[in-house]
Amino acid sequence: MSETLSARQQPLVSVNRLCKTYGGEKSFFGGATPLLKAVNNVSFEIAAGETLGLVGESGSGKSTTGRVLLQLEQPTSGEISFKGNNITGLSKPMLKPYRRDMQIIFQDPYASLNPRMTVGEFVGEPLDVHRLATSRSEREDRVAGLFRKVGLDPAFMKRYPHEFSGGQRQRVNIARAIALDPAFIVADEPITALDVSIQAQIVNLFQDLQDELGLTYLFIAHDLSMIRYLCHRVAVMLRGRIVEVGPCEAIFENPQHPYTRALLSAIPVPDPDIERNRRPVSFDVNANIPPEAAVLRPVGEGHFVLEA
Amino acid sequence: MAPLLEVRNLTVAFDTPSGTVHAVNDVSYTIEEGETLGIVGESGSGKSVHALSMVGLIATPPGRIVRGEVVFNGRDLLKLSQRELLDLRGKEIGFVFQDPMTSLNPVLTVERQIAEPLKRHFGMTSAQARARVIELLELVGIPDAARRAGQYPHEFSGGMRQRVMIAIGISCNPKLLIADEATTALDVTVQAQILDLVRDLKRKIGTTVIWITHDMGVVAGLADTVQVMYGGRIMERGPVRSVFHDPRSAYTWGLLKSLPHGGKRGVTRLYQIPGNPPDLTRDPIGDPFAPRNPFATDRCKVETPPLVDAADSVAGHKVAAWYDLRAALATQEARP
Repeated sequence: MSETLSARQQPLVSVNRLCKTYGGEKSFFGGATPLLKAVNNVSFEIAAGETLGLVGESGSGKSTTGRVLLQLEQPTSGEISFKGNNITGLSKPMLKPYRRDMQIIFQDPYASLNPRMTVGEFVGEPLDVHRLATSRSEREDRVAGLFRKVGLDPAFMKRYPHEFSGGQRQRVNIARAIALDPAFIVADEPITALDVSIQAQIVNLFQDLQDELGLTYLFIAHDLSMIRYLCHRVAVMLRGRIVEVGPCEAIFENPQHPYTRALLSAIPVPDPDIERNRRPVSFDVNANIPPEAAVLRPVGEGHFVLEA
Repeated sequence: MAPLLEVRNLTVAFDTPSGTVHAVNDVSYTIEEGETLGIVGESGSGKSVHALSMVGLIATPPGRIVRGEVVFNGRDLLKLSQRELLDLRGKEIGFVFQDPMTSLNPVLTVERQIAEPLKRHFGMTSAQARARVIELLELVGIPDAARRAGQYPHEFSGGMRQRVMIAIGISCNPKLLIADEATTALDVTVQAQILDLVRDLKRKIGTTVIWITHDMGVVAGLADTVQVMYGGRIMERGPVRSVFHDPRSAYTWGLLKSLPHGGKRGVTRLYQIPGNPPDLTRDPIGDPFAPRNPFATDRCKVETPPLVDAADSVAGHKVAAWYDLRAALATQEARP
C-alpha cells in the first residue's frame, strides 16, 4: 500500500506499522496484567491537503491512533513520519518545532477549554508559547483575526467559556488549533458532543478552513454519517486494526468488509418510509476479531480490505 | 376513550444564580394507549426536563413547576405525594435513561437491581423475583440469562447493560415507558440492535412508549407520532410520515435538511441552521426559533404562536408558526 501512494507524492503524514499496547506489566506477585493491543500494526498515509476519516466504535483504537500520531503518547513500536522526517520518540525540545505544525481538536468543547481564562487569552496562548507575537496589540490583532476566521465576533474575546454555547466553544477550540498556522490537524470526534443543528455548521467550517488554509485533517468519528461530506479517504478500524481503507466513494458504494457494511447500515435514515423497512446488517464484534495473520489486500484503486 | 396521558400547559422553571431558566413553556399534548411518541429536540429544548418533571424527578429547588396538569390514567401526577409517586414510578411508568454505566449500581448484581421494583411493587419473594428476572433477561435478548443474572454491571458490555436497563424499565409491565436518549451513548451497530429489540418488545407487550432523542433517524424508525421541541416549546407534532415528508415548522425543516443525505465532499454543502440555541434565561416571548429562522415574520418575535392544526394536512398534524413555511419555500424557489 505504501508503494502505491509514495509513487505519487511524498505524504505529509505517514504511519508505519504502528502498535500501542497497554498492560502486560509484571505485577508484584509475578502475574502479568492483561495485554491490550489498542493499536495493532496500523499503517496509513495522508497527503497534504487531504482529509482522512478514521472510523470505528468505542475501543477500536481510533483515538489512541490520533494521540500516538501526535506523540501525545509514545508508540510501543512503529514509526511516524511528518513531512518526510521520522518524529517517533523525539525529545520534547526536538519535537517542539513539529508541535506548531500539528494540532488536535477534542470531542468535548466544554472540558477542553480553561474555565478561568478568557477565550481570547485561550486562543492567543499558543502564540505566547511559541513567541510569535512581538507586542500586545499584535497579539490582539491576530486573535481577532482568528475569531473572524472561525465565525466568532472578536468582541467576544474578553468573555469566559461558560458564556458560550457548545458550538461556539468548539469554534474557540478550532481558533486555537489554527493559531500557529499548522499543516495538520487531528480532529477527534469534534462534532459528536454538539447539537444536531450545530453539527452542520462545524462540518462546513472544517471544510472552509481546509479550502482557505490548505489544512490536512485526520478526522476521527464513531460512525460514517458525516464522513462523506468531509473526507477524501476513509479508514475503518476494528479492535486496533484497519479492516478497510479506500477512497470515500469506494467505501460508501462498494464496501467490502462485513464490519464496514454493518457500520454503513447502522446509520438511522431520517425517513420513516425507508427506516421502517430497513434491516441493519448485524455484526458481532467479539465473534469477528481480525486474525493476527490477516493482511490488507487490494480490491480496487487505493481500496484495501483486511483478509486472513 | 380517554388518552393514557394528557399534559396540559406544563411550565417548568429553574431558579439559578444567573436568572430564571424557562425550561418548559406551556407544553400540552396527549398520548393514546399503545402509541409510540418520539420527542425530538436538542439540549435545552425541554424534552428531558418535561418528562422528568411529570413524575417528580427534578430537584425542587432549583426546579419549580410553575403551572400545568399531567393527567395519567385519570390522576393528576403533579398533585401526588412523594409516597404516591414512589408507588407509581417503576410500576406504572417505567424509565430507561441514557447512560447505563451511571444508572446501574456497580456493587449490586443485575438480578438484585431488576428484582428490586418487583419486590417493592408486587411483594414478590426472592425466588419469584428470580424467575421473573430470568424471563425478563431472555425477553431483552441476553443469552445465558440464568448465569448472567448473578453478574455485576461491569461484566456486561455497553449494549448488554442497556438491555438490562430496558429489562428494569419494563419489569413491572408499566403502562408507559419513558426512554430518555436510551441509545445515545451506544455504538451505532449496538444502537441498531437495541432499536430492533424495542420494536420487537412493542409487538410482544404493546407498551405505550415516549422515546426522547436528538436523532431524527431513530424517531423515523420507531415512532407513530413525532413531537419536535425547541426552547421549551412544542414546535410541531403529528403522524411521523407527515412531519418528516411535509414539515411545517422551519425548525423541523431545517433539522431534516441539515442532516447528511448521501451528499459528497466538494459537491454538496450541508445546509446549516444559522445562529445558536436560545438563551433560556430570556423571557419566553415570541417564537423561540425566530432569531434563527430565515422565514420569520415580525409577529414571530413578539407573540408566541399557538400549536394549531396544520393547514391541508392529516389529522393530528399541528404546528406552532405565524409564517407559512410552504408558501415561503415556494417563493424562495421561484426566486432566480
